[in-house]
Amino acid sequence: MRKIESSKVSKEKARAALSKPAPLGEDIDLDKYAHSADELPYQDDPSQLPVETREQMTQAGVTLDDSSQRSGTIIQMDHSIIHSLASQEGIEVMGTNQALEKYDWLSDYLWKAVAVDSDKYTAHVELNQSNGYFIRALPGNKTTYPVQACLYLARGKLAQNVHNIIIAEEGSELHIITGCTTSPKGEPGLHLGVSEFYIKPGAKVSFTMIHNWTPEIAVRPRTGIIVEENGLFLSNYVIMKPVRSLQTNPLARCVGDNAVVRFNSILVAPPGSTMDLGSRVILDAEGARTEIISRAITTGGDIIARGYIEGNAPEVKGHLECRGLILKGEGIIQAIPELKGTLAGIDLSHEAAVGKIAEEEVEYLMMRGLTRDEATATIVRGFLRVDIEGLPPQLSLELQRAVKASEKDIM
Amino acid sequence: MLEIKRLSVAVEGKGILHDIDLTIKAGETHVLFGPNGGGKTTLLMAVMGSPKYEVTKGSIVFKGKNIVGLPIDERARLGIGMSLQRPPVVRGVKTSDMVAACIRGQASEENIHKMAEKANLIELMDRELNYGFSGGEIKRSELVQLLAQNPDLALLDEPESGVDLVNIALIGQLINELLQKEHPIRDRRHGGLIITHTGHILDYVNARTGYVMLDGRIICEGDPHEILETIKSKGYEECRKCVR
Repeated sequence: MRKIESSKVSKEKARAALSKPAPLGEDIDLDKYAHSADELPYQDDPSQLPVETREQMTQAGVTLDDSSQRSGTIIQMDHSIIHSLASQEGIEVMGTNQALEKYDWLSDYLWKAVAVDSDKYTAHVELNQSNGYFIRALPGNKTTYPVQACLYLARGKLAQNVHNIIIAEEGSELHIITGCTTSPKGEPGLHLGVSEFYIKPGAKVSFTMIHNWTPEIAVRPRTGIIVEENGLFLSNYVIMKPVRSLQTNPLARCVGDNAVVRFNSILVAPPGSTMDLGSRVILDAEGARTEIISRAITTGGDIIARGYIEGNAPEVKGHLECRGLILKGEGIIQAIPELKGTLAGIDLSHEAAVGKIAEEEVEYLMMRGLTRDEATATIVRGFLRVDIEGLPPQLSLELQRAVKASEKDIM
Repeated sequence: MLEIKRLSVAVEGKGILHDIDLTIKAGETHVLFGPNGGGKTTLLMAVMGSPKYEVTKGSIVFKGKNIVGLPIDERARLGIGMSLQRPPVVRGVKTSDMVAACIRGQASEENIHKMAEKANLIELMDRELNYGFSGGEIKRSELVQLLAQNPDLALLDEPESGVDLVNIALIGQLINELLQKEHPIRDRRHGGLIITHTGHILDYVNARTGYVMLDGRIICEGDPHEILETIKSKGYEECRKCVR
């Protein structure tokens, strides 16, 4: 009964917000996209997917050939969950629709970290939801290997409207690597993804997202995170391939004492790409901490790198670092760091820098015998190197591999 | 190995060096003295080939080839190496990455570790290049990169400045290795040109020729120990009286 009531309220709010533009980013005309798609067949063995599909997934960090390095895998293609498997006890991986059928209580988690009426995109997801993934670590369980999730847009001109729910129960540890990608045909498409994370006391979640879109795709993720006492949420957001338009501004709220949130973003915008990416953290509990780091490179595209930290409790600490590198072309990088403190005894800081590669550094490396191109590549590689505290070494390596694989496109 | 003839250099259109003549044979180490702003660093940068330092006249011949106009990296690959007085911070690039880049073909973890150990730099190898380094750490990092690069001609810009007395011996040892002091004089193939203010480095390196550079000109040439004594006792003005 409660489930039906709650769903009714959400739908009403969504309908009221269907025309509500997002405060940031280019307005996307939802009517230009198809909203229905054929049901696609379930794949028992995703390594048998067509080569070009697998190649796209691989470039988004999804491994299909060796599942021994994963604690679970879920793949959604268009609107269909085509594969879902949890391979470790205490870890649950399934489509959101299936999870909502299985667990009555799950509806209590819908639209609690993200408001359903935030904008027309969240409203659209509520009214046209096409699955999404549900990943949960049961209390005290820790993933040996990351769980991987892949959201794949196969049909041209489709709007994919997913609602993902991630729950790390008390004392658990969950590492997730998500690849968002599309068919290499380069057709237009829209990805609307609502992701709600619930980090319970003492739990730890690392979420590594690698985008591999094509130049005609528009992306509007809407993400909310609630971190309870002594919980840790770690996000690594990597987008180094072209995308027509990406706008996202996740909001993490530290509601329990000593909760920690870290956002790391690596953005590369080639010509024709527009990215407006932020990270917001509200420190509402004593001793909560956050660090937001973004590295942005333009080779001709436009990037807005936002960061917002708000401190509302004693002894909270936050640092924000936005660095931008204009490598070539006519691209623009705009860094917008914001801090808000509402009481004494908080410690918030930021640094932001946008510029080109310092000639002095290039010459210095050339003095060691590196050619100009080698020196530039070394500096760019260094710029993109973010040593991420708390990320398991294997994921760290995979992240570095993904960054390295895109280097040739940057240079 | 290095023959500089009637070299004049300008920076942003302003003449800094005038008619410099200087020759360093293989196995020789020469020392440059002079007050700040006299043109010492300009000379080293011009030999290294930084484009900011424009050769307006004269030649720089290295191993028989006039290198004026050659880019920095080509000069480095020909066998010229330089340690900077104040090298830039390169964020995200680890010291070990640079040592590996300098060793080039023979960059193994073992080799890099050996180099670091030699310069007492183990704990800095994972740090970002020059980021938060102390004065002494910068000098040792510069020298370990040069050792890895193994140049025939080492240009050292104040390798001992900012180094405490304990570490200066280590700096001297690294420079001597760079300049092949362990070899008999006849077998030494590496040469060096060292800028020094304090002259401390003379206690460690085997330099036979010294110069005083004032206002962009070499105004004195002689035994570096004698020059240093003169500077200490009478200042640079006395050097102006020297006849080359």
